[in-house]
Amino acid sequence: MNEVLTTPARVLVTKIGLDGHDRGSRIIAAFLRDAGMEVIYTNPWQKIDAVVKLAMEEDVDVVGISSLATDHLLVPKLMKALAEADLAHIRVVVGGIVPDEDEADLIASGVSKVFHPGAGREEIVETVDALAKAAAKDRPLD
Amino acid sequence: MNVVKKVTATDADNSTAQDAKNWQGNYDKMIGKDRATRNRSGVAIEPLYYPENDPDGAYAQKLGFPGDGPTTRGIYPTMHRGRTWTQRQLIGLGRPEDFNERIKSILRSGASALSIIPCNSVYRGLDCDDVEPELLGTCGTVINSEEDMDISLRDIPIDEISIGLNDPSPFTMLAQMLVVAERRGIPWTKVTGTSNQSDYISHFVANHMFYRLSLPGARRVLMDTMTYCAEHVPNWNGLSVVGQHMQQAGATPAQAMGLTLSTAIQYAKDCQSRGMDPDKFLQRFTFFFDISVSFFEEVAKFRAGRRIWNNLCKERFGATDPRAMRFKFHGQTSGCDLTRQQPLNNIARVTVQAMAGIFGGLQSLHTDGYDEVLSTPSQDSAKIAISTQNILKHEAHLVDVIDPLGGSYYVESLTDAMEEEILKVIAQIDAEGGMYKAVESGFVQHMIGASALEFQDQVDSGEQIVVGVNAYQEEEDAASRPVLERPSKEDMEAQIARLTKNKADRDQAAFEAAMKNLREVAQSEDGNIFGAEIDAVRAGASQGEIIALLREELGFGQPLVVA
Repeated sequence: MNEVLTTPARVLVTKIGLDGHDRGSRIIAAFLRDAGMEVIYTNPWQKIDAVVKLAMEEDVDVVGISSLATDHLLVPKLMKALAEADLAHIRVVVGGIVPDEDEADLIASGVSKVFHPGAGREEIVETVDALAKAAAKDRPLD
Repeated sequence: MNVVKKVTATDADNSTAQDAKNWQGNYDKMIGKDRATRNRSGVAIEPLYYPENDPDGAYAQKLGFPGDGPTTRGIYPTMHRGRTWTQRQLIGLGRPEDFNERIKSILRSGASALSIIPCNSVYRGLDCDDVEPELLGTCGTVINSEEDMDISLRDIPIDEISIGLNDPSPFTMLAQMLVVAERRGIPWTKVTGTSNQSDYISHFVANHMFYRLSLPGARRVLMDTMTYCAEHVPNWNGLSVVGQHMQQAGATPAQAMGLTLSTAIQYAKDCQSRGMDPDKFLQRFTFFFDISVSFFEEVAKFRAGRRIWNNLCKERFGATDPRAMRFKFHGQTSGCDLTRQQPLNNIARVTVQAMAGIFGGLQSLHTDGYDEVLSTPSQDSAKIAISTQNILKHEAHLVDVIDPLGGSYYVESLTDAMEEEILKVIAQIDAEGGMYKAVESGFVQHMIGASALEFQDQVDSGEQIVVGVNAYQEEEDAASRPVLERPSKEDMEAQIARLTKNKADRDQAAFEAAMKNLREVAQSEDGNIFGAEIDAVRAGASQGEIIALLREELGFGQPLVVA
């Protein structure tokens, strides 16, 4: 009999840059937690280096960046920093106010998905879960 | 319901008639020349409608006449029939030069007051030479120095126009503006306006954007600033208690009102413990609320809140001057109600929100641009937002009658019910030992977080319909999306260069002395921090330098993490 050990998805929910509006990140953290995921939540205003360090230490599958006021413009820098730290398997999603013109740039930088206002709970949970599974598969062996 | 339009001498034997006569007297005195108002059908429109009789005294006790009694129907005898609300649009983008240009255009299109929104780097207390450059000026104006403030306000008569500063503790923008006024020869007694982000409790609870100092540090700086302004800048409203953050963070309208009033109670107690006189300091309290699209709920929220505050001022603080009991508030239409889907629909939402605020009796109004959910509002959408106010005023005639919904069975019953809900929240906070303690413990954050989740669940389940989001969806119409405005890289490089030059050119000895003094004042129990800040600005200190120093001395608290 093949017993498959399933570990819950590990997700870091955070905000980088300067803005502190955190209703979105709090709600998303609660959604994912209630869906059975292990959520690491931080205060806003994280530095990119700090996010990379935390992602590594907590061994997360997905990093969720919440952005209301243009902080998403820093996400390409985050993608580069994750790759440089050999964490390219980690999937990154962005949620919040992201203008159409900027979404393409984020996807090109390696972001897996951008959630806009109006995205539903189910869609978010399912997407993050699928991305976490994909990340776990791609995780380099120690 | 019976209404009388004019009071005659023979009515004077019943008390409503007497109250009405008093009101009419105050109204006539205040209105100046009243407009002759008729509708399109030729019907004369009176400024106020009210019951002919008040046999059980319920009208006098619960509603009363505008400007009198519990002020449920408004804080002034004339309300919008006399002076309409102030059109106060929040704007900010790019460099001080960009702000100055845009504010002049907005004033030309009918705004009657101005607000300054600084860049997020300023909110974080950082100078522009200390942050990721791509974020500079994308959400507000980069104002770090007195020179930046001077340029922002170029050609603006700051002694004639009311100014709203989005300026959290320790109020460096206010210090900069006062120094600008001083250099222009304008006495500080002529400076009017409001410190819009002075409510540090609301920042700690619900909007971490503005949270810059530790809780006890922010408490001291606010009291120092209020004391300083009471003496030197007497027409400045040093405190705006912000319900908007709570509601935007997820509190229900009743919770937001209850928590805001509890916050105001906390500040009033703090002022009293400094020996200040309630009849004086309460006159400088103002409020700032979110207006959601839940129309009648919002109208009732404002009417109930006004009645409760009027009673609180008398009962808890012993105020006797009616001016100290006025519930003066600014309303901002709720950004959380706006949708990315079919964004032009947001113009309709903002219109309904604005109407709710107007019928709720606000003193000043910001209407959101329809594109706020897509990006920082564009110039075109800001103009539509102002036009919306002008249409409601001049075409829809919403300003002709005071408290036009007063007396509606539904609205009065809902006002009573909202009052009950709001009082319950205030009682809960009282039981927690007051607002300061209730946020230190995380009690308030839990309350708001639970409400935010509950509302999201209602939208997700379809119980609450949101047009274009969970019902009436359509193919996206990308053509209706506005074009994004972002400051150029060169502009921000010039901005950084200017600050660098400011810092290099100032009298270093004077600067060092002012900063040393600021540190000593902050370290001592007495001395006024705000006064020392003004001296530091005079000596060329930037806001980032002042805030960094105060964080060292007063602490930089992180918000509580409450899941």
